Formats: sequence, structure tokens, C-alpha cells
Amino acid sequence: MSFLTYFRSEAFSRGSHPPPNKSRTESLPIHRMPFCDKIVVPLSQHIGKESKPIVKVGEFVQRGQLIASADGWLSVPQHAPVTGSIEAIELYPSARGVWQKSIIIKTQGGSSQTKISGTPLNINDKKLTESDIVQAIWDTGMVGLGGATFPAHAKLSVPKQAQVHTIVVNGCECEPYLTCDHRAMLEYADDLIRGIRFAMKATGAIRAIIGIEDNKEDAVQAVEAAIEKVAEELKANEEGSIHCEMVPTKYPQGSEKMLLMALFGVEIQSGALPISLGMVVNNAGTLAAIGQLLPKGESLVERIVTVTGPGVKKPGNYIVPIGTPVRFILEYVGLNDDYPSHQIILGGPMMGQAIASIDVPITKGTSGVLVFRQPDMIEADRRKIYPCIKCGECVDTCPMGLNPSALGMLAVSQEYETMAEKYHLADCFECGCCTYVCPSNIPLVQQFRVSKQILRERAASSK
Amino acid sequence: MNNKTTLNLVEIRPSPHIKGPRSVENIMRRVMYMCIILAICFVLQYGMSALLSIIFVTGGSLLTEYYLCKTKTQSSGLHDYSAAITGLLLALTLPPGFPLWMGFVAGAVAIALGKGLFGGLGYNVFNPALIGRAFAQAAFPTAISTYTPSMLPNRFLEIIPSTLTLPMMAPPSLKTWLEAQQQTLTNLGNGLDAITSATPLVLWKFDFIATPYFDLFTGLYTHAMIGVSPLLVILCGLYLASQRCLNWKIPVSIILSAACLAWALHSYDPSRFATPCFTVLSGGLILGAVFMATDMASSPTTPLGMWLYGILIGFLTVMIRNFSGLPEGVMYAILFANAATPLIEKISQRRVFGTGGSDKHMRKGATYPLHPGYISREEHSAVTPEKVIMKHKPKPEDRRKPQREEQ
Repeated sequence: MSFLTYFRSEAFSRGSHPPPNKSRTESLPIHRMPFCDKIVVPLSQHIGKESKPIVKVGEFVQRGQLIASADGWLSVPQHAPVTGSIEAIELYPSARGVWQKSIIIKTQGGSSQTKISGTPLNINDKKLTESDIVQAIWDTGMVGLGGATFPAHAKLSVPKQAQVHTIVVNGCECEPYLTCDHRAMLEYADDLIRGIRFAMKATGAIRAIIGIEDNKEDAVQAVEAAIEKVAEELKANEEGSIHCEMVPTKYPQGSEKMLLMALFGVEIQSGALPISLGMVVNNAGTLAAIGQLLPKGESLVERIVTVTGPGVKKPGNYIVPIGTPVRFILEYVGLNDDYPSHQIILGGPMMGQAIASIDVPITKGTSGVLVFRQPDMIEADRRKIYPCIKCGECVDTCPMGLNPSALGMLAVSQEYETMAEKYHLADCFECGCCTYVCPSNIPLVQQFRVSKQILRERAASSK
Repeated sequence: MNNKTTLNLVEIRPSPHIKGPRSVENIMRRVMYMCIILAICFVLQYGMSALLSIIFVTGGSLLTEYYLCKTKTQSSGLHDYSAAITGLLLALTLPPGFPLWMGFVAGAVAIALGKGLFGGLGYNVFNPALIGRAFAQAAFPTAISTYTPSMLPNRFLEIIPSTLTLPMMAPPSLKTWLEAQQQTLTNLGNGLDAITSATPLVLWKFDFIATPYFDLFTGLYTHAMIGVSPLLVILCGLYLASQRCLNWKIPVSIILSAACLAWALHSYDPSRFATPCFTVLSGGLILGAVFMATDMASSPTTPLGMWLYGILIGFLTVMIRNFSGLPEGVMYAILFANAATPLIEKISQRRVFGTGGSDKHMRKGATYPLHPGYISREEHSAVTPEKVIMKHKPKPEDRRKPQREEQ
């Protein structure tokens, strides 16, 4: 933690401060949730092609067994989250609303649910090569657990021409309500450091910097203590150094562009990746999971999910097997059903997805389950849309320096090409700040999503 | 575990699922409260006539807005308070003895031509209140330049004769009424306070008589025609700026640029050009800067644009006051800047993150140097950086994608 952080006024220019609402779950230790009778593993839980199933209906699978293999570089394998038998391989509702091909497993009652493990990797092994680690990470089926679900092995394998000198660990968790990364950093600090060392070895980086928002001071202390423990080992192995930095709390700090701005004061060129600056940004939860799985040779079959929101009776941070239906989780934590209507959100309230069916399963990218009751949702009168009064709030808040007010008017008049060419629509990463602050209740980010989709379709059809 | 979920209804909506505390009504209601405070001050200064004038002008605006909403010409309704704000602000810029029927017409025109014509709330190009005033200035030039002194002893007992002019009639001359007021003052023993019906700006423009700053600032201890007290306007403006209901950049840039230009002119020829302090405090500059120029719909949205817009208004105001036939220029300066707003916005767009910009932009506030040789602030000598880099330098054969064994 640097002394200088207290004098740095702004992490990145603009952004907003939605109420964090983290107090209900941030002090609750991570608990394991029981296994559901029926587990649904969607074949597409990641960016890239969906995995190819390698099991047949009726087959008995053990927890951790490979059930679908990767199809191409940007695809990851899937593993059985429970011991049981394959009930079906069919289309099943997903959080995005579309039905996706999924493997449905019936949990075997009374099973010990021990995990199958493969070859363990030792971080202190001198003979460990970069490709060994990347291959091992690929075999775990790891994706970015923050929600982007970009395959972790692809992120950690450096292209031929590039060189990586820094691993940036994103421990910001700027989304309100969510505390799963916070708890993971607190409770699995040693695993996180091990995961960082694996990532540094895989990329050839010589330093790692963990950026944590200043509302998680206990996590900073835990991580610093863990760094202290391995300091000697790092020095002996000439592995480079690991640091922990506090950044001011602000939304959307968890975006990699904003985090690099806060930590280094650098801007990534529009359209470029952090690797152009020799950096790789990874989510803290992802690296903690890597550090946990690789030494045992296990695979990704469960993740930490924050279940919270005013509609939940027993909020907490739970280890949930991947593929557990949301219905089971809601039954486990209990709902306050004093109001007839609920809103159930997978992810955080700013960028998360409201789901239409509670039968959808938890996937690798689900960081939270949020339940809002009627009074917690945006009230009906706050949804009445006024004309834009050009107050400039959205211009003031946009972290990317766009002009959402002008973009919104262009979207209404359907001038999508102008939006892309003159107003840099492609730079919008849909953080939702503009819609959050808009006093006229204009659904700005929603309009931009639609505009981007239309532009994508036009580009695809003109090919 | 066994508590069955009884979800009757699941609502789905695109993210974000939470909303900030601000809303149009919220902003407009606060601005309206501040306008009401100013109106109360105005009534205290000018008495019954001012009260009637405010009621009629605001009534004209509200009725027009109601009619336009009823006939669905514009989308928003009376509940967004914008028509009330327009009416109140317009009334504050008119002379207290302005004939009521003219005030009503000006209020109606402000809404119809200033706002309804463009499509209602948010679409107006010009500040509607100033459109109303510009109309009044063109249509009723005599009435609008007939001011009456403030703080007259019996302002709550009698009405200025011109107030009750019949519709379509010219207002009567106020000469005899003013003489009577002077007589009353003399009888009360305040005979030294000569009353005048000219505004401080007119006095300066044609006779080079400067009104004392303190009188100008408070507007409460003199019979001079000052309008709403700038002190009160600034206090209201501070409250609104703290609530983010107006952007502080606009009034600050107007006042600063007007003061700077006035200072330059004053130091060039003190006998002809007024002091910066007089320039800022006199006329409607403060009221215009705080309440008129900050109208959100007709001012720029970008931070740089707001500075440019304010500077343009301050500059034009001083130029019009000093180099044209008009004693006051705030209204035309703001209307002109409103017209220039689209242009200002075009040249003042923010730099988009990650585009353009110099090296300086890219390195602003850097905590860590970027080059890989840097290891740690605490332990510089921990590892020899070059050695590590050379050791970890990517070997071409290692960079290939790992081939997955087929099963």
C-alpha cells in the first residue's frame, strides 16, 4: 500500500459512485452450498466456440471428470461438477435468454463427491515451462471468473512478437453488492499469490501488481501478509516481485482500462489490448482459483458466488457447483416474498443480467445472484422517459470520454454509422454510468447496445 | 432448504438495475424554489405591482404550457415545473410596473415561441424566458424601459398606475406619480434621497453617474432601480451549484470574463468605461449568469464548451454595454451564445479515452514507470532487472500455442 495513494485525487477521470451495498455480505466467510439433484452444464460458458461433449447419455461420471473437450483455441473443456449419471444432452434455458446445448447430470445420492485430480504442478519446480502452465490452465477449463469469461489460458499465453513485463491483478470488484472477490482475496490470499506466480511464469512477467479498491482494506492486509510469506522464495527463485496497491473506490474501476489508468496513469489506445503495453490484466478470483487448482491438478467445477440483495433472507458468499440452477440457490437462501414481484440478476446491478427463468444454471462467469423486491427496483416513475435536457451529467460521468447525450440522440434518429465514426461508439464498454446518472431516465446504454448489435449485423451482412 | 420459492412474477429489464438519485423533477423543483425566493425578494422591493406582475406573467406561461400539453404539441407536462421557472424568471427581468396584459402576453410568447415551437422541454434552442423578454422589448419598447424606484414607503398600499393599463392600451406616463412619491419621501424626512426612474446602467451610460457598490450588491437600502438583489441571486446560485442543479462553470466564466474585459477597458479610459465591479453588479448580469445562461437545454454539455460559452457571454455583454446604443446587453449576449451552442459543442468534444492525446496525456499521474526494468520502489536492488528480462525473454518456440492431445 503506497503512501502516495492518499494524495492521488482521482483514479481515473469521471465515473460514478453508486451506493456499494456490500456491508451485508462482506464480513460473511465463504460457505459451501450442498449439491443440487440436477446439475446443468451449458457447453458455452465462455467466449468462443462451444465445447464438444465426449460423454453419452446414461454414462456415469465422477466429479471433476472431463465431459466436454475444447473446440479450438478460444474454447475450454468442461468438467462434471458432481458425481452422477448423464441424464440428457439437450437445449436448456440460459441467462442470456436463448436456449443453449447443455449436459444435464443427475447427482448420485450418498456419493462422497471426491474430485478426480490430474497431474499436479509445483510452482517451485525449476523445470516448469511456460507452455506447461498454459496447457495446465487450459485443462482446468478456466475462464475469466469476473464475468467476461475470456479463456484464461488464451490470456496468459503471450503472442510471439509481444513481451509481457507486468501481471495486473484486478481486485477492484467495483460492482455494488458483490463481495465474492473480496472474500476470495481475504480467505485464499495464499492461493491468489500462488496463482499470480503461475501467471508470471506463464507470461514471463517480472512483476505483478494487485489493485484493490480502498473499501477493502482487510483484503489489502491479507494479501500483503501473503506476499510477505513468499518474499524469500521469490527472491531465491528470481521470479520478480509482487505488490499490492490501493486505488480509490469508484465505478467502473474494475474495467481493465480504468484500472491501468488508476495504477499507472496510462491510457490503452482505443481498440488495443493491455498487452500492447506489456501488461496482462487478470481477475483476482480467477488467479486465486488457478492457484488453488493447479497444485492439485484439479479442474474448475465450482466457483464463489455472492448471493445477496434485499430479497434474500440468508445472504452470503457461497461455493456453488457450476451448473446449479438458480432455483436451488434461491430455495437454499430463502426469499422475502412479501412483495409479489421480484427481479433476479446474475452478476452485479450495473452490468448484470436479469433472468426470465429461475431454472437457468450458474455458469463459470456468474459472480453474484441478486434478488430485488418490488420496492428495490427502479420505481415506475423513475422509468418515465423525459426528453434529454442536456444537463451534461452523462458527459461528466462517462469514463471513456464519450458524449452519451449526443450518441443517444443519434441512436433515436438511427444514424448508427455516424455514432461509430464520429462519436466512437465502439469504445463504449457498456458500464451503464450514463443511464445511472441520467435525470431524464433515458435508457442510454441500452440504446448503445442495440446500436452496436445493429452495426455488427450490418457488417456481417455486407461481408 | 425446504422453503419453497413462491415467485409469482419475475421482472426482467436490461442493466443497469439501479438508478442514481437525480431526476428532472428534482432539478427543476429546486430551481423553482430558488426562483420563488427571488420573487419574494422582488415583491419586498417593489410591492403590490411586482406581485401582480409575477402572477400574471407566470399565469401566462402556465396557461400556454397547459394548452400546448393538452393539444399534445409537446410531450412533457406542467409537472416538470419548467414553465413555472420560465414565467418567474421572465417576471423578474421585467420592470415592476409593467402593464399586466403585456406581462401576460410576454409569458405566453415565452412558452409558445421559446419552447413549444421547438418541441418542448429539452428541445429549446434559446432560453424561453429571454425569448419572452426579447419579444416584450420589441413589442413594448416604452413600457419595458419605464422603471420605477424600489423601496418606496407605500409600495404595499398602492399600485403603480401603469400596472393596470387596459389591454391594447399604452401605459400612462408615470411623471405625476413619481412626483407624488418624491413628495411622500420628503414628508417622511428622507428628502435627501432623490428618487430616479433610471437604472444604474442608464445613469452610467448617459450621465456617467456610478451607483455605490454596496447598494448595487444588496439592492435593499436605496431607491435606485436595481432589480433582484445580486447578493441573493449569488446565494441561491451557490445552493443550486452545490446540488448540481446548475453548472458552476458557466456563471463563473461569465463573471470572470466580463470583469476581465471591463478591467482592461477601465484601465484604458476610466472616465468612459465602468469599473469591473460596477459592470458585474449592475444590470442583470448576475441574474443572467446564474439563472438564464445556465438553462441546461440551451447551454453546452461539455466542460470545455461551458467555459467557452460563459466567456462568450461575458465578452458580448461588456461589448454591447459599452459600444452599442443599448445600456444593457446581457439578454442579447445570452441569446447569441445560445445560438452558438451547437457550434461550441462541436469544437469542444472531450478527448475520447485512448485516442489522440500526447505522451503527456498518456503518462499523467503515473505511479509506476512503464519500462520493465522497474521492480519495486522499496527494494530496488532485490533483483537485477536486466538479468530477469533476459532470462524470461520469450523464445519463439515457447510462444506457440500448446497443442492439445486428442483423446
